[in-house]
Amino acid sequence: MDKVIIAENLSLSYKEFETIISKASFSIDAGTFVFITGASGSGKSTLLKSFYGAIEPRAGALMVGGVKMSRISTSKLNFLRRNIGIVFQDYKLIKEWTIEKNVMLPLIISGYTKEVSGPQVQKLLGHVKLIHQAGKYPPELSGGEQQRVAMARALAHNPILILADEPTGNLDEYSSQVIWNLLEGANTQLKTTIVVVTHHIPNTITIPYKHFHIEMGNIHEIS
Amino acid sequence: MKSLKNHISLIVALFTVLFSVQIYVAVDRTIDAYENRLKNDYSIIVVSNKSLTPVEFKAMDSIIERSEPIATDQVLERLKGEMSPKNLELLKLTLPKFYRLYLSRFPTPAEISKLQNRLQKNSSIERVEGYAQTHDTVYKLMLLFKDVVQVFSIAIAAVTSLLILKEMRLWQFQHADRMSIMALFGAPVWLRSAVLFRLAIVDAIIATVVLCLAFLMIEQYGWMDILLRTVGITIDLFDFLHDGVRSLIIALSVSIVLTFTIVIGNDEEE
Repeated sequence: MDKVIIAENLSLSYKEFETIISKASFSIDAGTFVFITGASGSGKSTLLKSFYGAIEPRAGALMVGGVKMSRISTSKLNFLRRNIGIVFQDYKLIKEWTIEKNVMLPLIISGYTKEVSGPQVQKLLGHVKLIHQAGKYPPELSGGEQQRVAMARALAHNPILILADEPTGNLDEYSSQVIWNLLEGANTQLKTTIVVVTHHIPNTITIPYKHFHIEMGNIHEIS
Repeated sequence: MKSLKNHISLIVALFTVLFSVQIYVAVDRTIDAYENRLKNDYSIIVVSNKSLTPVEFKAMDSIIERSEPIATDQVLERLKGEMSPKNLELLKLTLPKFYRLYLSRFPTPAEISKLQNRLQKNSSIERVEGYAQTHDTVYKLMLLFKDVVQVFSIAIAAVTSLLILKEMRLWQFQHADRMSIMALFGAPVWLRSAVLFRLAIVDAIIATVVLCLAFLMIEQYGWMDILLRTVGITIDLFDFLHDGVRSLIIALSVSIVLTFTIVIGNDEEE
């Protein structure tokens, strides 16, 4: 099975003498659903950031989608990010763009025309039950609705990998369930690799998954 | 409203740069027209003991555009009553040749004295009158004014460029969220900053249009025209085709170069 993420003796830190992740070695197979858990400040989000190139490995090697993340060039990083979908805890929607245009963002970046991207966006907005809100702006929506928009955006370009950082951290039960259903659907139907950073794994998950736990800068796989 | 304020700040700054450049161009044009007028009125008188052709004069100095012999008939006509025809004939034979030399441009006093020296080196030339005092006060004041305007234009352009840079930094902060979100989804730099470039281009066009309107108004009122006519000059203060295109190119260059500076700076910060 192809590996989407390979880490070998990976160390991550923001400052030189403050290691957050220390000499971690693990791999994530294509098409798997992975949870990364750990206490607050354990380095879960930092690890996730390293997967989309927001932080460079301090030591060791990290490969994401076949791309080496150390000293990665801007063009390679852009290419990698165009094939990843990211869901943030704080949604990161563009406030001055409509919901429809926000979902369209990855397709605009990939150079798709409105004729091609329009129907795809409509379909996704239907999946997240926000088709009637398409013309609104993010500040007009509740937190749960905004996260569903962010979820639709992450799926818009059929990425090989979806990275989600506490995607349901601030959400109501209904929105949380919509998000988990979409993530499960993307994994089972589209074979998209899903990596979710969370405090605790929801009981409602119905599909098999891998679980990594971070403690004191070390990563362990929990079977 | 906030966005309109941002637009106006950049448009005003760009307009100031364009206006100072255009004022410098207009002053330069005024001085050129004045020099041309002086040049047409100006000539050097040369007295020679033998006939000299225009080609010979031109060979002496390239500044000489053409030469004209000055007819002595009028002077001799006046002497007709006082001298016998025989003496008059003798005088006609011994009288030197007079020439009026016209120059290709209006010379500086140094150039006049250099030209006089060159002409006097020719053995047949007896006397040269250069009228160096022709450089009048108006002309000297105009040259001084041109230098002052040049210094002011450079200073204004430098200060307003800094203001534009600051204004664009503000834009950058306003658009930072959108640009960083786009970067997270792999948007290349040009796509992330497309809005900044679009704003810069639109504002450059608006600033040029405002400049054209300002000069159209100045021409409509005609007071500049009256002022220039008092020193005998008629010029186009603003040529809508050439000056308009040049102003647009300057405005676009300034705004695009400064946007690039901001975008590149932002990219390095990431």
